[in-house]
Amino acid sequence: MSQTLLPRLVATILLLVAWQAMALSGLLFRDVVPPLQAIASGVGGVLGDSGFYANLAITGFELAVALVLGGAGGLIAGLALGGSRFLSQALERWLNYLGPTPKIILFPVLIMMFGVGAGSKMAMGAVSCFFPIAISVAAGVRGVDPKLLQVGRSLRAGRLQMLTKIYLPAMLAPLVNGARLGFGVALIGVLLAETKLSNQGVGFLIMQAYQRFDMPRMYGLLLVTVAFAAAVNIATDRLAIRLRGSRVRANK
Amino acid sequence: MSATRWQQAAPALGVLLIVALAALLQFAIRADWVDGYTVPLPSEVLASLPRLFVEEHVLARFAMTAGETFAAATMALVAGLAFGIVLYRWPRLRAAFEPWVAVLAAAPLVLAYPLFLVLFGRGPLTIVVIGFASALAPVILKTVEGFAAIRQVLLQVGRSMRLSPAQEFSLILVPAALPHIFTGLRLALVFALINVVGVEFLINLGGLGQLIGELSERYDLPGTWAAIGLVVLVSVLFFVVLDAGERRLGRRR
Repeated sequence: MSQTLLPRLVATILLLVAWQAMALSGLLFRDVVPPLQAIASGVGGVLGDSGFYANLAITGFELAVALVLGGAGGLIAGLALGGSRFLSQALERWLNYLGPTPKIILFPVLIMMFGVGAGSKMAMGAVSCFFPIAISVAAGVRGVDPKLLQVGRSLRAGRLQMLTKIYLPAMLAPLVNGARLGFGVALIGVLLAETKLSNQGVGFLIMQAYQRFDMPRMYGLLLVTVAFAAAVNIATDRLAIRLRGSRVRANK
Repeated sequence: MSATRWQQAAPALGVLLIVALAALLQFAIRADWVDGYTVPLPSEVLASLPRLFVEEHVLARFAMTAGETFAAATMALVAGLAFGIVLYRWPRLRAAFEPWVAVLAAAPLVLAYPLFLVLFGRGPLTIVVIGFASALAPVILKTVEGFAAIRQVLLQVGRSMRLSPAQEFSLILVPAALPHIFTGLRLALVFALINVVGVEFLINLGGLGQLIGELSERYDLPGTWAAIGLVVLVSVLFFVVLDAGERRLGRRR
């Protein structure tokens, strides 16, 4: 552990020193590459601002609705595609190719359908997270151990029982992984939509800081957002690893 | 027998299903079940396609988007390969910097586009830089992974033949890592394309991405839908070609 920790620590310090040297050198605009203390005070300013939490709550709510709607859609589509060879061969190719296209271009259409308010941001997030969740659920269904399915069938489990007692527990790891990917792209979708057109939310705050040329605040907002995304990412990653571990143990 | 024939027909039926859905939508709008002001008729969307080519210079815009994408992806591939090889050669550096590269790869960099606007101005340079920045970290990670996965036997053969480091690099490391390098290229192109089109739309500048924003601001809904369809089609074709290339490379080995 300490063998990897030391180089990491050195690398972190090197990066910070390089940044500070760049900021103080005067080669770049000081406002654009601010010194570390200015960024730290920007982060502090964001965290100490009650208005930030109000906007964070709005973005968080939009994100939560987007994840529920897109996640439910993705789950249903993934179960259908994973459960039927025919559907998978007919449509999954489309899902795989549509997955990586830039979703933000759908935003003008979503504004027309769901209005300029929170509705279009939720829709943006939902469309974004639908694809990774559907793709990983479909793969998860196909990856379920056939022995488990035979056990379910020999116990004469009904369709719903097969789903809740066999499929969903057996594919927890791909489910969590899909949710992790979906969370990332839904967050980007919601925030980008907010920067494009909105009057509230964290994306709006980022745009506001840009228009006022308040660089420390913009760095503060971006760092807090990235830290939040990274924290969720690491937490779900750990969860997925633990679930995979428990499954391996159960199979032994 | 008939089951396999169904399987073979499945992709075609998938296309048919999409056409059928479009026809259903057309009917629903005609019957006033769906509001024709927010969702244009599929037939009107199709009819607006030629207009996009004649009046909106889609081909010139396409060339611009493609140029920005290739510029960003090429830069990301060259820099990513260089960084990746350095990290592979010096394990200490890899231990120190790989976590930071992973953080960079996971960070939603495109969100920082206002920052890039301040740094590089509101021009094609900003778009290319964002595409490059988003593609760089995945390419570095893939390169390191590719070189690290080379079988030890190959390296031992090289050593027993007393190859110089340069020979080892060009005769063993590069050929063995070639599939991974191609995967890196694919990643670079995909990340660059997504971010280039997205940023074009967000800052309303440049090629295909801007066209969508512009048409929607003119309230030209059939045109907007047609342009979105075009962008999706271009990206899908792009991915199909890359996949085919990768598969061909895989078969040759």
